[in-house]
Amino acid sequence: MRTVTVVGASLAGLYAARELRAQGFDGRLVIVGEEQHRPYDRPPLSKGFLSGKAGESDLALSDDEETLELGAEWMFGARARGLDARGRTVLLEDGRTVSTDGVVIATGARARRLPGPVLPGVHTLRTLDEARALRADLRRGTQRVVVIGGGFIGAETASSCAAMGHDVTVVEAAPLPLLGQLGPEMAAVCARLHERGGVRLVTGTGVAALEGEQAVTGVRLTDGRLFPADVVVVGIGAIPNTEWLAGSTLAVHDGVLCDDGCVTSLPQVVAVGDVARVGGARAEHWTSATAQPRVAVRNLLAGHTVEHVRPLPYFWSDQYGSRIQFAGRREQDDVPRIVEGSTEEGGFLAVYERDARTTAVLALDRPRPFTRIRRELARAQAPAPVSTPAAAAEPAAV
Amino acid sequence: MIPVCRLEELPEGASVRMDVEPPIAVFHADGELYAIDDTCTHQDASLSEGYLEGCLVECPLHEASFDLRTGRPTCLPARRPVRTHRVTVDDGVIHVHRSDEENAAA
Repeated sequence: MRTVTVVGASLAGLYAARELRAQGFDGRLVIVGEEQHRPYDRPPLSKGFLSGKAGESDLALSDDEETLELGAEWMFGARARGLDARGRTVLLEDGRTVSTDGVVIATGARARRLPGPVLPGVHTLRTLDEARALRADLRRGTQRVVVIGGGFIGAETASSCAAMGHDVTVVEAAPLPLLGQLGPEMAAVCARLHERGGVRLVTGTGVAALEGEQAVTGVRLTDGRLFPADVVVVGIGAIPNTEWLAGSTLAVHDGVLCDDGCVTSLPQVVAVGDVARVGGARAEHWTSATAQPRVAVRNLLAGHTVEHVRPLPYFWSDQYGSRIQFAGRREQDDVPRIVEGSTEEGGFLAVYERDARTTAVLALDRPRPFTRIRRELARAQAPAPVSTPAAAAEPAAV
Repeated sequence: MIPVCRLEELPEGASVRMDVEPPIAVFHADGELYAIDDTCTHQDASLSEGYLEGCLVECPLHEASFDLRTGRPTCLPARRPVRTHRVTVDDGVIHVHRSDEENAAA
């Protein structure tokens, strides 16, 4: 393999580039990134970056020294628009092409938007540019902020906005935020954090329309209520960036379909991160994006799948001064049990159980025992079985 | 030199976070006392809350791991070391000698 092209210059793409070099690939390495920015870390965008505690330099995932060592050709502001049938040519939107022997697909996902034109004052939060725009709006004095979606992005954004002194309302269509991830008992506990942070939480009702002519002025709910708003943040999930693969021979269905080793239907094309549906599941987790590249690159360089990857799903969220951490594969009727602390105050540790076996762990401000159980869960699931239920990511309607 | 606590208050496997600027974490690990800067060099997380394994502490957030003896990261995502500080026990009380002050005095 003389040339490998990594399409996507974010977390998973950078980790793939590192792995290529670490595993001895000394050929031409091309990294194509749609954004103008060097690889940066997204989790702080809804937290420290929004509130002003972290600057753009704090987001950098790499430094000059490493960039030099990688010896890659970086193409920023270059959006891929196609991959030929054999997976040997990456076509760029500006008309350029990159001939290549191997491809790592790491094009990630983009924020889902509400239908219709985007009014000024309405934001999504996924990229640095989006975060800059939201931050600018939030610095224009005290604002009425409505956050649509009570998931992690929504909750963290609401928390940051409240800490900045804004008047914040979170609208969640489900009966509780994080219901699918945590189950009803623990979702109810975490929902109370909003109240503690001085944020209004409205659940069980969808959004009918955004009001406003020149700029957004309010959010109309399906139950008829109207919440005035100067700023609206839409946090209703993400869509994998696969459209550019439409003309290729790769199978795409809510992500690029891969085997358990991140290998697509073409052996010299692998996929990692948010865009990859690995062994039937797509996990939009930071730790998946950092764990998959080692195995994907190994299989790419071997020419076929020699190793499987199945990182234990793990996510965390910082909101209202608390840290929520979750790891494992919870199924719908697994029963949570508090094993440390209290859900009333001061944090807790809960395990989810099925047939007297721990399937997942949830912590609120209990990082050390959480890590211990997370490690035990990770050990217990190794080695990775070949067929797995798609519990980590729900197929989205597209 | 900053007093931390009595030695018996920090048993093997325990850690304590000192609210100085920048915060320092003191560990009793593998039969020794260690002090390092508390904030992970990768992202805002307190290493005093990290998971201890031998002389290594794992960041509670992202699995970055640091060697308590040298402050060096042993794996990604951390790339920069944390500072280490000298620890002594005087009359049964643990003391941390901040490396910046020691260097300034030298």
